[in-house]
Amino acid sequence: MLNWVRLCVALICLAAPANAQNAEAPIQQVLQEHAEIIAKSSRQTIGPAIDALAASGLPEARLVLAKWQNKEMWQNEETGLFVYAEEVDRDTLRIFDFADSSEIGEVPDDDYDQLKPNSGIRGMIGAALVQFQLTDPDAKMRRQALAAIERDADASHLPALRKAAEAEEHPGLAARMDRLERLLTIRFEEDESTRIAAIESFRGDLGVDVRATLNPLLATRLETASELPDSADVARELDPGSDALSREAAYDLLVSEGINRPRISRADKRAALVANIEDGSVAGVQVATLDSESARDMAYAALAETGVVQPVATEAEVDAAIDSQVFFERYIGAPPEIALAAAAVLQSIENKVTVNQALDLGLDALSLASIYFLAAIGLAITFGVMGVINMAHGEFIMMGAYTGYVVQQIVPDYTLSIILALPLAFAITFGAGVAMERLVIRWLYHRPLETLLATFGISIALQQIAKNIFGTQARPLTSPDWLDGSLVFNDIVAISYIRIAIFVLALLFLAMFLLVMNRTRLGLEVRAVTQNPRMAASMGINPDRINMLTFGFGSGIAGIAGVAIGLYAKVTSEMGADYIVQSFMTVVVGGVGNIWGTLLGATLVGSVQKGIEWLNPSNTLAAQTYMILFIILFIQFRPRGIIALKGRAAEA
Amino acid sequence: MSESTLSAGHVRTPLALRFPSVLVFLAVLGLFTLGVTILSEGFGIGAISTSFVKTLGKTLCLCLVALAMDLVWGYCGILSLGHMAFFGLGGYAIGMWLMYERTRLIVVDSLAASELPPTAQEISDGIATQIFGVVGASEFPPVWAFAHSLPIQLAFVVLVPGLLALVFGWLAFRSRVTGVYLSILTQAMTLALSLYLFQNDSGLRGNNGLSGLQNLPGLDAVPQATVSVWFFWGSAFALGAGYVLCAWIVSGKFGSVIRAIRDDEARVRFLGYPVEAFKLFVFTLTAIIAGIAGALYYPQAGIINPTEIAPIASIYLAVWVAIGGRGRLYGAVIGAAFVSLLSTWFTGGQAPDINLGFYRIQWVDWWTVLLGLSFVLVTLFAPKGIGGLVDIIIDRTTPNRHGADLGPDQGALREREADK
Repeated sequence: MLNWVRLCVALICLAAPANAQNAEAPIQQVLQEHAEIIAKSSRQTIGPAIDALAASGLPEARLVLAKWQNKEMWQNEETGLFVYAEEVDRDTLRIFDFADSSEIGEVPDDDYDQLKPNSGIRGMIGAALVQFQLTDPDAKMRRQALAAIERDADASHLPALRKAAEAEEHPGLAARMDRLERLLTIRFEEDESTRIAAIESFRGDLGVDVRATLNPLLATRLETASELPDSADVARELDPGSDALSREAAYDLLVSEGINRPRISRADKRAALVANIEDGSVAGVQVATLDSESARDMAYAALAETGVVQPVATEAEVDAAIDSQVFFERYIGAPPEIALAAAAVLQSIENKVTVNQALDLGLDALSLASIYFLAAIGLAITFGVMGVINMAHGEFIMMGAYTGYVVQQIVPDYTLSIILALPLAFAITFGAGVAMERLVIRWLYHRPLETLLATFGISIALQQIAKNIFGTQARPLTSPDWLDGSLVFNDIVAISYIRIAIFVLALLFLAMFLLVMNRTRLGLEVRAVTQNPRMAASMGINPDRINMLTFGFGSGIAGIAGVAIGLYAKVTSEMGADYIVQSFMTVVVGGVGNIWGTLLGATLVGSVQKGIEWLNPSNTLAAQTYMILFIILFIQFRPRGIIALKGRAAEA
Repeated sequence: MSESTLSAGHVRTPLALRFPSVLVFLAVLGLFTLGVTILSEGFGIGAISTSFVKTLGKTLCLCLVALAMDLVWGYCGILSLGHMAFFGLGGYAIGMWLMYERTRLIVVDSLAASELPPTAQEISDGIATQIFGVVGASEFPPVWAFAHSLPIQLAFVVLVPGLLALVFGWLAFRSRVTGVYLSILTQAMTLALSLYLFQNDSGLRGNNGLSGLQNLPGLDAVPQATVSVWFFWGSAFALGAGYVLCAWIVSGKFGSVIRAIRDDEARVRFLGYPVEAFKLFVFTLTAIIAGIAGALYYPQAGIINPTEIAPIASIYLAVWVAIGGRGRLYGAVIGAAFVSLLSTWFTGGQAPDINLGFYRIQWVDWWTVLLGLSFVLVTLFAPKGIGGLVDIIIDRTTPNRHGADLGPDQGALREREADK
């Protein structure tokens, strides 16, 4: 007995370290069962081995797969047993047993062959590994596994995902797993009612992934038959010559199905005729007469009769062939019930998408409206209140934007530079406005056409001066970091922070305007001078001073608007000209002399432009064109704008 | 309007006597044309280059459109910022035929060498590919339906600007849009038109515009030196005829009515005149004159693109008329000729730079500034423009009204008749 024990010990010691491994361990047995294909390491044949490992239910299987994937699995040349190992140095390996992860010892690497799965196999191993990661105690691993499945899903993930979803406790992850499980169910589940249930569960879901999963189910193939087959998987019948199916495409289908003979293109027909010219004629037809398609058709037909070229279908044959056939689409992505369910759900999603797109469009329109309002509010003061046509208003916007640019060149901190630029832009354009009022406009009150021309001159000059100083290229006005990014509501509705900032700024300006005009001494005096300058003067108000300040105030607001618009668009010397017509339109459409009118006008102009862009998304130029046409027509019906002043104020 | 019934009962004095500047103008224009012809390369001693003859011919066309601008603004008080758009439309109308016909000749030429005689479709495809390849199309857009026919395109020179002006003017005038509102509205129309033409799918080659217009189809053998003089003659004739027409219009009772509309529209309406019809007639007529001027201008310029229609062009037109002196026909002609030639001189790089030591004023860059500021100065200090010099020279200042105000627009120039 003792001897027998000793013998055993000696045997073990002799065979050590390589034989210390338990060849009977279940995981080793699974490996040995597939040893041949594992060693062969071919992508075509490796499948069963990975599946067997994954399906074995053994806890060690994950270790095997992970090590295999990392090229750390080795096979003993003699016994064929698999171990994992780390290289101690060039020739020596420290090997471990898969069964219990125990170290077996250090051996020379000549006895072992490293298994080097190629990237394709590693991908398959990775997919198999996912199911283990899904139940990993570490939430981060589970999240990674989910991300991996979302990227590249596989039918094999579905059971694992279901199992994991049941056990998942983290609420966020559980929801994500559940969603992914349903998506995979749609794609890979065999049972139709389960699939349809999963499809139905996404009714009204806006996620892009849902649409990406459902759309392939609706894939169709164009088919043709002499009669419309009475089967459920016919998606719809197509009318040749409609947008969905051109007559050419319909006939091409008939040709490719072998039902009819091909047509010949004009170029090919011509080439065939040219190739068969003999003594100035083709098949007996004089070349000089071949100056129309019908003559060429006849010549070709004659040529075909001689057997030199293949006969082709004539137009009449083509028409007859197309008319005698029906064309329809057949669902090929999924069985018809599922395709129909998917179509219904997609329809419900599309409806919701449309609603959300309208919402998004509304936000876009609102932000465009606030930009127009910003550009126009200064004008609402100079033109609306004072009645001065200032065509250089756009150039004040440009001056404000360039002020912002120059300040950013000096002050590198973007937040600080914007805070500095706003009052500075106001100061500079206020000064420019006052100077312009004193030097030019003062002499031209009550001569509106001449004011228009003189301010045009100033506008041209200012634009060119800016071009001479800053060059023709667009200058950037960078927004601070906290204005980057956007506020995302869902996959469709989002608005950038900078647009929100512009919207807030527009509201601030509106409040400021109302406050100044209605609650301050200056506002009172401005209104008095506007309504009746002589009366105001006799009450002790200096109209000259008030006009100067009002004009400066309007110009200064244009400067601030310039900084805001510069953040949103590029700063160029022509940027003012881009806004001047729209600004005037905004004021005129809204109703001159009323800030609420300007607000309404900006909203109207902004929404109409966005609406037209939505109808014709490829073309913003066309949108502007039609917008202006719309305004011209609008003025026909309300010449005094949306809010028309009445009574004495209208005459001022 | 109804000239014959109005003048029935007394014999009218001839136009030349009522409007003495017509004879002077025609004489000067005739002498100028003769002089240029003698000095030209095509028909004379070659003292002035062909390109300068073209510049002079183009200037005459600009004078013609300025004349139209003066009629609508200086006499009728409508500050239109859309007349250069009408000018451009005239250019596009004739340019389409020039481009189509020339391309057709080239395509037919190149297809003649092929083995089979070309079909009509092949020729049409070839032309379309040649013309529209640049905007990625190979089929004729619908607006080119009549491009093959010179008479129809010539009719379009008149009809397209005329109809546009008629429709736009009717819409604007019937809703009583006046003054600066009308100016802004016309500017919006111009902007919309130029934005539309800038699109590639407008069918007029987007921002590439139409080019090669200086080559007359079928007249390749005729040198440009000769063609330039032909167009110069055509432009001079059109300007002369336009001057006579405008003078005839403003000299009669019709002229009095439109001047009255300029000075006090409400009063004229109250007297029973259909103000809108008068304004619409003047607006449309001047748009047609502008279209004809454009059709003469662009074959000399050789290229037309939507930039030429942009609102700024119409503003410059107003600048010319204002600098020349609005409310007098010769003022518009002088202004257009003076400013556009000066502009060519400055922007062409011929003007000497001014070295200030610390900065070098290059006129290519600063000319626009000078123009803009001189415009302000003219508006402020010389509302009569260059034409005002004529008053001083012939020592006939406007009568002293002792500060009385004749109408709401104090800046508008009043004719002497207003005081009689």
